[in-house]
Amino acid sequence: MIKVEDLHKSFEDLEVLRGLNTVFEKGKTNLIIGQSGSGKTVFLKCLLGLFTPDKGTILYNGKAYQNFSKNEKRELSKQMGMVFQGGALFDSMTVEENVVFPLKMFTKMTKGEMKNRVQEVLDRVNLIDTNDKFPSEISGGMQKRVSIARAIVNKPNFLFCDEPNSGLDPRTASVIDNLIQEITHENDITTVINTHDMNSVFEIGENIVYLENGLKTWEGNKDTIYKTDNQKLTDFVYASNLFQKVRIAQREEL
Amino acid sequence: MLSKYIKSIGQYFIMIYETFRRMTKTSELKRLILQELDDLIISSLGIVVFISFFIGAVIAIQTALNFSNPFVPKSLIGFAARQSIILEFAPTFVAIIMAGKVGSYITSSIGTMRVSEQIDALEVMGINSLNYLVFPKIIAMFMFPFVIAISMFVGIIGAYTASVYGGFLSSEQFLTGLQEDFIPFQLFYAFLKSFVFAIILATVPSFHGYYMKGGSLEVGRAATTSFVWTSVIIIFMNYFITQLLLS
Repeated sequence: MIKVEDLHKSFEDLEVLRGLNTVFEKGKTNLIIGQSGSGKTVFLKCLLGLFTPDKGTILYNGKAYQNFSKNEKRELSKQMGMVFQGGALFDSMTVEENVVFPLKMFTKMTKGEMKNRVQEVLDRVNLIDTNDKFPSEISGGMQKRVSIARAIVNKPNFLFCDEPNSGLDPRTASVIDNLIQEITHENDITTVINTHDMNSVFEIGENIVYLENGLKTWEGNKDTIYKTDNQKLTDFVYASNLFQKVRIAQREEL
Repeated sequence: MLSKYIKSIGQYFIMIYETFRRMTKTSELKRLILQELDDLIISSLGIVVFISFFIGAVIAIQTALNFSNPFVPKSLIGFAARQSIILEFAPTFVAIIMAGKVGSYITSSIGTMRVSEQIDALEVMGINSLNYLVFPKIIAMFMFPFVIAISMFVGIIGAYTASVYGGFLSSEQFLTGLQEDFIPFQLFYAFLKSFVFAIILATVPSFHGYYMKGGSLEVGRAATTSFVWTSVIIIFMNYFITQLLLS
């Protein structure tokens, strides 16, 4: 579980996060949504420890990050998996080398054990016969799956995803969404997903946090988001014609 | 403007400090160092040998053509070629060439990793990305003085070939000149310079790649800026070391 209390982050004169409070529960797919510039990526980078907050506390399983010793911070990093927007695969390494990388760096597994574990996670993300291929030789959807495989190979307790669907067709995007949700439930981990994709919101949004100008202005889930009276959230969710039609249809049903 | 430069200098030294902290796993470091040796040193030998041979030859021809006075012994061609190649051409000129070849490679490879979030991926995993990326390059560049030794040798071979087979002087005259008034300290000076240049060649382009901001266009810009700054710093340090050791 991750608990965020009064989180502030500024860059020079620009105040990006202005006192965020929220809880990301274990075993759930937690989504952060909001317009571009609302502070989603900065928030995610604060959670990952890539940015140091100016004020506020982030508690991982009940312990505040600022109270962690250096060794504990290092241990926490090993418990985190991250799926970057562009995949962030090491392009000089093959798919297998990318996935085995965290194991090589942080475990004392034998080569055989590592190979088995890599094959296990590649099978889990449905990647077959791609072990010796380089990231440039596989599709965007496959790159995302390699990125997920690399993120979960070390059996993390926290999984973070920055717009995992961007640049993917709706079908592949849905596969990726479901894969992340299944992995979350199977391993009972805390998953935080930063997304713009409304399909993801309605498919896997077990806990949704809506950010607006660095503040949380709404929190709920895929079932309650229909009934919100937050006008800005409604405008954001139903910005596309398709979702407007869905909304009209739902209202007519009601 | 001035404060920007001072900030960059401070950031550069912080980068050097961070590079030697939180070391990467030894087995992985060994692999990275061998890979960097191949990318930075071995792959540069061809161009260094080619340029050294022909520059050595040109130095000998230019010297021969300018020594028209019959009272000047022809062996001076060998002497002048040796001095030019050992003192300046091999350490400084080759370092500038390496700033173009190796420096732009380092900046663009690290810059691309920055743009594509690969450096963030390393940091999220709890790896000191500076140690992982820059430390192996520094260690690999410690072999740069060996490149300079090869450059000196090939340059002198080039000078010998051009002057002897070009009919400017005999082989004995060249070899006499080559051994004339040889001061071993000058070799120490040349190798010390090349060692300092090696550290500059590994760290300045890394700095420009690591701290770059923007997209792929900025990677190209960073590589150009890195070449300019690496060359400027090498030339300044060349003056500083020469003033310190030879004057």
